[in-house]
Amino acid sequence: MSAAAVRKNAFGAVAEFGSAGELYHAAEKVRDAGYRFWDVHSPFPIHGMNKAMGLKKSPLGYIIFCGGSLGCLTAVLLEFIPSSFLNPLIVHGKPVNFFTVPPFVPIMFELTVLFSAFTAFFGVFVLNRLPRLHHPLFDHEPFLRFSTDGFFLVIESVDPKFSDTETREFLEGIGGKAVAVLYAND
Amino acid sequence: MADTEAKMVPFVERMPRPPLVEKNRSMASVTDLIAGGVERKTPLWWWIAISITGSFAAFGVFCIFYLLFTGVGVWGNNIPVGWAWDITNFVFWIGIGHAGTLISAILLLTRQRWRTAVNRSSEAMTLFAVICAAIFPGVHVGRFWMSWFLAPVPVPNWIWPNFRSALMWDVFAVSTYFTVSVLFWFLGLVPDLATMRDRARSRFAKFCYGVLALGWRGGNRHWRHYEMAYLILAGISTPLVLSVHSTVSFDFATSILPAWHTTIFPPYFVAGAIFGGFAMVLTLLIPARALYKLHDIITWNHIDVMCKIILVTGSIVGYAYIMEFFVAYYGGNPFERFAFLNRYFGPYWWASWTMFTCNVLMPQLFWVRAFRRNIWTVYFVSMCANAGMWFERFVIFVIALHRDFLPSAWRMYYPTWVDVFTFIGSHGIFITLFLLFIRFLPMVAISEVKSVLPEADPHHRPHPPSIGSGESMEEARA
Repeated sequence: MSAAAVRKNAFGAVAEFGSAGELYHAAEKVRDAGYRFWDVHSPFPIHGMNKAMGLKKSPLGYIIFCGGSLGCLTAVLLEFIPSSFLNPLIVHGKPVNFFTVPPFVPIMFELTVLFSAFTAFFGVFVLNRLPRLHHPLFDHEPFLRFSTDGFFLVIESVDPKFSDTETREFLEGIGGKAVAVLYAND
Repeated sequence: MADTEAKMVPFVERMPRPPLVEKNRSMASVTDLIAGGVERKTPLWWWIAISITGSFAAFGVFCIFYLLFTGVGVWGNNIPVGWAWDITNFVFWIGIGHAGTLISAILLLTRQRWRTAVNRSSEAMTLFAVICAAIFPGVHVGRFWMSWFLAPVPVPNWIWPNFRSALMWDVFAVSTYFTVSVLFWFLGLVPDLATMRDRARSRFAKFCYGVLALGWRGGNRHWRHYEMAYLILAGISTPLVLSVHSTVSFDFATSILPAWHTTIFPPYFVAGAIFGGFAMVLTLLIPARALYKLHDIITWNHIDVMCKIILVTGSIVGYAYIMEFFVAYYGGNPFERFAFLNRYFGPYWWASWTMFTCNVLMPQLFWVRAFRRNIWTVYFVSMCANAGMWFERFVIFVIALHRDFLPSAWRMYYPTWVDVFTFIGSHGIFITLFLLFIRFLPMVAISEVKSVLPEADPHHRPHPPSIGSGESMEEARA
């Protein structure tokens, strides 16, 4: 059937909403309807949207903890291997071993922070599959207002519940304006 | 009856806070205002300003090369004053950076929503100040090409840095601080770069902003990780910013020199850094606000709270000055006592009293609301604070050094023209970088300002604004 052929290159359905509040309530309805591959796009993070979308807390914090721990470990090895074993540098007659930890602490702290920051920065982009050069949404001219004052809800065609006609009607039913189905090869 | 009704209405609605963005601006008009300032044709004042600051910067760079090719002798430093303007300038610039990180990190954690109007530009100021700071110890080592010895690199001659030295801590602290500030600043820029990309008309601008925006498309699945990263970066930057100036103060506090060897240094340096940094934020933002017509975003309320921070931190610094003096008397160490009497009544008395007047007395004007709301007094006190904080470092370093333990080693310090022009040149570099920033990047965090507008709250019920007038949201859209 031709509908199946259309479905193949469909990227998804886009609907626009008038405000952060409307988008929030629409997201609750999409979540309750059981869609899984969908997202809302807004110029700023909307408070409470994770709950409205049924998303859990970002796991990034745990990843950053691992990065920070690695930084601390790096500092311990970087400081103690040269100072205690390779080239013990005796200043003021003080011993260079694991018992003189306090003066080694500042660098441990700094490297913990440094590695955490790198993990946080690169973690965001890895988890978000960014950077990428293009995305089908950017072909949809009205969508470009997402970074100014547009609020959009997108249901992707990979969602098992997605259907050209039903999803469009569903989005119109929950108050979406200018609903459009995007095709990859347009 | 009326009483009970009044009690039913939450306090925040009966006594609303003054709006963070004035004139009830819509999201589109906030974007237009900030991004529009970058997109318009380069104004004449910008060319004039950058040619002046660029000339100073170029002459500063010339002085640095002159120093590198000739030797550190071109500066006025000599034993016993081994650290003079170079380290004064280093600590001065690194301190200025602290206000930016305080605004972006500590005020985020304490949910001070007004920070959104000023965080981008003050973070940029942080980066440029740290760049200026890094110049001075870098060239002060004398043999600049040997400065890689600071890095823990295994080399055949087995030179490893002494990790227990405060100077080594400083290298790690400042380089970490710069790197983390860049990452934090760029992460905040990404959504705004996407705004610039989506608005850009020329292909070249679209390409440049598009590459930098990394394909950002504002999905909540992305914001979820983004907000977590932003929060954690704020969380780790908070101890970082407090540690950086503490570590800088360890350069002095861990020595045995009278007037340096004091435990009060870390908190006193941090308070001074925030004080001087906020003064520099005001110094830069008051003209930028007028030139870019950002009065609705950087409002008088913002200037007012920054003045209050200057008042508080200036008073903390004043307390530290007086407490140092008291401890010198009470501690009973004759060397310490001499150092402090010499500070205020010795040959450099004018520097100390300039410091005290500019940092402690002038900010007291800000107890009066009218002075916090007058552009000229605000600017005057900020300039006093900038000068005062430079003198504070000069007082601490040069006055402590010029009277050595043996009177036969006593010597006055006088700067040379290279000292003076390198310092002025560093201001040129700083302001040139800031001018480039405000020309090509949005100087206010657009997405963050939008997130503090009333209609950004998904549970916001539109009602007529109680404070402020002007166009409503519908009118602005139409």
